[in-house]
Amino acid sequence: MGPIYIMWLRQLKRYVRSRARMVGSLGQPLIFLLAIGFGFGPIYQKAGGGDYIQFLAPGVIAMAVLFTAVFAGIEVIWDRQFGFLKETLVAPVSRFSIMIGRTLGGATVAMCQGVIVMVISVCFGFRPHWGAILLALVFMFLIAMLFTALGTALASQLNDMQSFPLIMNFLVMPLFFFSGAIFPLNGVSPALAVVASFNPLAYGVDGLRAAFGGTAFYGMGTDLIVLGFFCAFFLGLGSWLFSKIQI
Amino acid sequence: MKNNIIEVKNLTKKFGSFTAVNGLSFNTQRGQVFGFLGPNGAGKTTSIKMLTTLLQPTSGQITVDGKDAVKNAREVRESFGIVFQDPSLDDELTAYENMEFHGVLYKVPPAVRKARIEELLRMIELWDRKDDLVKQFSGGMKRRLEIARGILHHPQILFLDEPTVGLDPQTRNHIWNYILDLNQKEKITVFFSTHYMEEADRVADEVTIIDRGKIIAQGTPASLKKKARTKTLEEAFIKLTGHGLRDEDASGIEGMRMMKKMWRR
Repeated sequence: MGPIYIMWLRQLKRYVRSRARMVGSLGQPLIFLLAIGFGFGPIYQKAGGGDYIQFLAPGVIAMAVLFTAVFAGIEVIWDRQFGFLKETLVAPVSRFSIMIGRTLGGATVAMCQGVIVMVISVCFGFRPHWGAILLALVFMFLIAMLFTALGTALASQLNDMQSFPLIMNFLVMPLFFFSGAIFPLNGVSPALAVVASFNPLAYGVDGLRAAFGGTAFYGMGTDLIVLGFFCAFFLGLGSWLFSKIQI
Repeated sequence: MKNNIIEVKNLTKKFGSFTAVNGLSFNTQRGQVFGFLGPNGAGKTTSIKMLTTLLQPTSGQITVDGKDAVKNAREVRESFGIVFQDPSLDDELTAYENMEFHGVLYKVPPAVRKARIEELLRMIELWDRKDDLVKQFSGGMKRRLEIARGILHHPQILFLDEPTVGLDPQTRNHIWNYILDLNQKEKITVFFSTHYMEEADRVADEVTIIDRGKIIAQGTPASLKKKARTKTLEEAFIKLTGHGLRDEDASGIEGMRMMKKMWRR
């Protein structure tokens, strides 16, 4: 427990201390909520979809969790470049517990960001059903763990930040846009539906939306199972790749 | 107890077609201050990474405190402390938190941990700065903190990879006095690399000079000077290696520093 706890604590301390980053990473979800939310709101209403903010907010919360989580995982590259990774890798502790500790830490941070965005959404008119808030937190946590682990897996294969834009533009952005976070998957073209069905975030967004009282596309049970599976898979992959790091 | 705390046999590391370390063999005795010398790019850091289990050798055998560094990596890791060439502290944590982190990873019991951290931070004269973030520290302060951290768990061996590079003469002296003191009082074996020859001359009981991944001379500083018929170890070194300076691969760390500034603001 010791090493896992101290790795977790470290991630949290770094998060709390870098307020600029905390505030900075709220910018993007905020823009989505305001520009897309209020911009497309009237059209969505006219099309018979109801209140767009109710639909969009879970997607934007998932987005905040996704970005923070991937970023927390990718931070391994910085630790490598600034030397701290070596300190953890020469320690007589299993690499697995180091990876789990830092993933839990990153996921906790990502969840905090998600909760902050949730509170902001409420300020802008989001009215979730609070009855299943715990379930919503479970979905946030699964999304957070999954993508922190994915970020760690990627970072353990990279030596510097050169490929960071590549990851953002060809992985994180598509994950978000093809997840059904900003549009309903109901009735989209079959091709898009197939793409979404391979996207773990689609299940995360769907589950989160259902937990907040919206309508599920895949169904909450499916969401939980698929998300749980992907989460376990990337945790396994991440810790395997992390354990293979040589400096 | 065996007299040799480190035994290296035919250690080789290849990166693709490039051979960074080529058939090194040497022993380090328990309690010794052992200097590992060579010009830039000679393979010092690569060797130390293999000795400290961070890198897998291509071939050859490393025994540290009687244990195989590849097969029993975890046990070997318990037996040494290391101060890396590049900084390895977490800048966003305080001095105390960096020490505590290390103590937890090395499973030092809480009560002992607390007492040792205070003792060590007082020794390196950073106790009154214990709650300051490491990013506010100077290079010398960081170095002292890293050395203190490296010995927090009472290691048998302390590896120091160019511990005094980039430091002013006062700080260098200060740091070596600590290290030699530890070597005397706690009987810690000190294994260090450097390219400051006068430093090696002054502190090392025995040195090994490597170049292009191969050993070119071994012995006490006095015997090497005698062999090369020179007055200082520096002259002996230049005579033995046949040259002074050498380029090393850029690590790209400067680029990263800029990226970090951009991202963290």
